[in-house]
Amino acid sequence: MIEPRLKVATCSLAGCFGCHMSLLDLDERLFDLAERVELDRSPLTDIKELGECDIGLIEGGVCNAENVHVLMEFRARCKTLIAIGACALNGGIPAMRNQFALKDCLEESYLRGVGLVDPQIPNDPEIPLLLAQVHPVHEVVKIDYFLPGCPPSADTIWTFVNQLLSGQPVALSYTQIHYD
Amino acid sequence: MAEPMTFAQTVRDIVRRHGGLSTRLLQILREVQDHLTWLPSEALEQVAEELGLSPDKVRGVAKFYSFLYTDPRGSYDILFSDNITDRMLGNRELLHYLCERFGIGIGETRADGVVSVGTTSCTGMCDQGPAALVNGYTLTRLDRARLDRIVELVNGRIPLEQWPREFFEVTSNIRRADILLGRHFADGAAVRAVLRRGPEAMLDELVKSGLRGQGGAGYKSAAKWMACRNAPGEVKYVVCNADEGEPGTFKDRVLMQDFADLVFEGMTLCGRVIGARQGFVYLRGEYRYLLKALRETLQRRRETGLLGEAILGDPSFNFDIDIHLGAGAYVCGEESALIESLEGKHGVPRIRPPFPTTHGYLNRPTVVNNVETFAAAAKIAVEGGEWFASRGTAESKGTKLLSLSGDCERPGIYEYPFGVTVQRVLEDCGARDAQGIQMAGPAGHTVSAKQFGRRICFEDLATGGSFMVFDRSRDILDGIRNFTQFFVHESCGFCTPCRVGTSLMRDLVTKVHTGHGTRQDLEEMRKLGRIMQVACHCGLGQTAPNPVLDSLDEFPEAYERRLRSTAYEPAFDLNAALEEARQLTGRRDPGAYLNERDLLLGAMP
Repeated sequence: MIEPRLKVATCSLAGCFGCHMSLLDLDERLFDLAERVELDRSPLTDIKELGECDIGLIEGGVCNAENVHVLMEFRARCKTLIAIGACALNGGIPAMRNQFALKDCLEESYLRGVGLVDPQIPNDPEIPLLLAQVHPVHEVVKIDYFLPGCPPSADTIWTFVNQLLSGQPVALSYTQIHYD
Repeated sequence: MAEPMTFAQTVRDIVRRHGGLSTRLLQILREVQDHLTWLPSEALEQVAEELGLSPDKVRGVAKFYSFLYTDPRGSYDILFSDNITDRMLGNRELLHYLCERFGIGIGETRADGVVSVGTTSCTGMCDQGPAALVNGYTLTRLDRARLDRIVELVNGRIPLEQWPREFFEVTSNIRRADILLGRHFADGAAVRAVLRRGPEAMLDELVKSGLRGQGGAGYKSAAKWMACRNAPGEVKYVVCNADEGEPGTFKDRVLMQDFADLVFEGMTLCGRVIGARQGFVYLRGEYRYLLKALRETLQRRRETGLLGEAILGDPSFNFDIDIHLGAGAYVCGEESALIESLEGKHGVPRIRPPFPTTHGYLNRPTVVNNVETFAAAAKIAVEGGEWFASRGTAESKGTKLLSLSGDCERPGIYEYPFGVTVQRVLEDCGARDAQGIQMAGPAGHTVSAKQFGRRICFEDLATGGSFMVFDRSRDILDGIRNFTQFFVHESCGFCTPCRVGTSLMRDLVTKVHTGHGTRQDLEEMRKLGRIMQVACHCGLGQTAPNPVLDSLDEFPEAYERRLRSTAYEPAFDLNAALEEARQLTGRRDPGAYLNERDLLLGAMP
């Protein structure tokens, strides 16, 4: 008998897609995974609307209004929400702007940058508005699991996903989540 | 620094006066700062050169201690004590008032470099606050009238020596005396007694007395002294821990102010018992005002043959005491961090074992005891162990000094035999409407009224002496939040569970306190607290979550009445976090808000 496949959604907020690349690093194990899960909204599927899901994987921190909407939608639709990678957990590289005022960041990029023509701070309504600071995802919604790493290795993701899918307690070895 | 030669000469003189010893580094930096009001890079580099240390090591020490400044400060540096008891007495309002009068923000230095105003951890004046330090000297009983006068004195550049004496008056407020504070004997009686009895018999008396460390940990003093006495090595040390940093505690201050002879006597006889020739008092920087009198007392004892070479004419009895002044670091109350600090380093706790009794100061066998323990040992030398053991409970012999502060009519020092109930203490100090107490400081226990029948002793409620009363008009969470901030400030930063854990705990408590918390956050606090208790390197981090964990059990309503009913809330206002970008871009379109409600509110004039 074939068990119903679990629905999984993924997204990259203020991240670099490195965690998704690590996910693709599963290589041939992706075939095993595909037998057990069905991808919903994800950069890998191009599905626009998020459906009801069992698991949501969030890469990246929260830097703008669109990130807030996406994250809250994931929280509302996913039974289990997982923060994956350094940016989701701590804000990571994008959060380095937190030590400067947003005004200084925007002026440095758009008013004082080298070679700018007609410098101005972009204000098109199509562009998501920036938050004053970049936040880790757990400061905005409740997160059920945290998977550290920049990015977590494919092996780490594989171990974690397997344990989660089989309902075992999540227990990763030292080298899978420590980088010292 | 207009005259570099003079500046260099000053530093050289100070280093020379301290014998060019790197163990004196902290004392040297304090004195250099006294001359320059702060520690510029050039000064640190010169100190490093004179002592043969690397500049980075010296800079590291300078940056570690709160009272050492590597940025310019005012010639008058005023620091308000910011313990919860100071807050109860209205210090925040006074702090804002003074900053306003000087035209500066909290923590800032006025442009003319004359004055800076900031805050510091509890200065041990809880029974006579609101308190502050000016250039390290204690100011008590502050009010607006005093602050007005201080503004005049500062603006008139009047030297501290000419300020009104009553501003600096520190009273002892001894409200209840028992065997330690109540019976006096002639100076030298304890030293004579130990000479007459001999060290072994003195140890026997100490065993009979059952005396335990009065700093709060409660280790048997006789066992500690014996381990040090038996430890191999010719050179041994006695250290008196007068780094009374636990907020709400001030009994050691009173002992050092009124009973210094008794404490020095206890140290001297300890030196005789363990075979040490040198003792140190590590006096917390906040008690700098005591330094001059203490040094005079030591000098008098030398002149009367109670200290120094051939004490009481016995050529085999040589012991002297030196006072080291701390510089604002709570962690230095931990004995191994204190020893590091005594050695001139930054005060990070050592890994124990080995314990100081075998590897202490300069890795030599060392006895570190609290001020009150040495005072009690001196009494025991004269009166005998059985006399002392006749008071107290089965496991906690003798008496305990309690520092009472907060919501009570008669704050001050109360000496009780061990075993006294919380209720009895509350009645005696005139705390009529107490909803709870913080016992043994922020690192101790939060105790609600239903537990006031508990007894103060090592078998039940152990304490180093802090006893802060909160009446029913208070919000317990105000106090808890103050304590979590205290630990953030005082974490030495050495280990991650403490450095990060204290900040996370402060943020979670703040989140709930400001009305953004959910039940989820309370769970998170418990989880974090448990991690800190087992994972932190020293007692500071292990006890830092105590006030939160205790109050979650003892005062659940203080948290629950603030919780949101949702499953989760962000700790910050998401809509407000977009406001800066809205202003920078001039956008007010629907996409510039997170939801319709924010949009409508934002569109209102």
